[in-house]
Amino acid sequence: MNTAAETRSVVIEREIAHPPEKIWRALTQPHLIAEWLMQNDFKPAMGHRFNLRTQPYGDWNGVIDCEVLTIEPNKTLAYTWDSGNGPLRVTSVVTWTLTPTSTGTHLRMEQSGFRSDQPQNYAGAKYGWQAFFAKLEEALAKA
Amino acid sequence: MATATEIFGTLADPTRRAIFERLCRGGEQTVWMLTEQAGVSQPAVSKHLGVLKHSGLVRDRREGRQTHYSATPKGLAPLVDWMNVYTAFWHEKIDALEGLLKRMDQ
Repeated sequence: MNTAAETRSVVIEREIAHPPEKIWRALTQPHLIAEWLMQNDFKPAMGHRFNLRTQPYGDWNGVIDCEVLTIEPNKTLAYTWDSGNGPLRVTSVVTWTLTPTSTGTHLRMEQSGFRSDQPQNYAGAKYGWQAFFAKLEEALAKA
Repeated sequence: MATATEIFGTLADPTRRAIFERLCRGGEQTVWMLTEQAGVSQPAVSKHLGVLKHSGLVRDRREGRQTHYSATPKGLAPLVDWMNVYTAFWHEKIDALEGLLKRMDQ
């Protein structure tokens, strides 16, 4: 593990059989965002500050502070992602990039700006809880 | 602090993991409450709680004759790699996004 406060990213890319315009709606309309991500007061406006809200957990209030950084309809959406308080604090930027393909859209999500001196994101542990345990079981099955 | 290997070992037991998850979701509970749901005997539950406590995953508090247990998720720290956690998080959310896109056709 590097001791420097180097920043790292999580990148997920998927081919999706839907056009960019439709994915854009799911990424930018609050009632649709609530269906797949979290409750929110998102507005597609540069500089708009909004919250994503999930269940409070331990000493974390379940609120993620965000601010819209980039909006290019049907192409790019970026917002800050500042999760939690105290030792749970993680500041990052989430960027969605939509590229049309012959069969739909190439969707790319990058969450960047993590620092390697923030190794334990307990808030993240809560979000990924089920998946985390599924992975744990997989790892154990292979062990 | 427990090692990752120790924590993996502790959580490898499905009954013990279920007790830990129950405490994570439901907050502080007594051995009695946990036993009602665990499907194993009270001494077995107590033994599992002892192992979880030894690994730093739960803490206990005596009140009269009852012992109350609560989860200390920070005990998972040695095996929580935030990049893996967020990767799993986003895969799950993007699965949900794809589900929503399908429903939007209807």
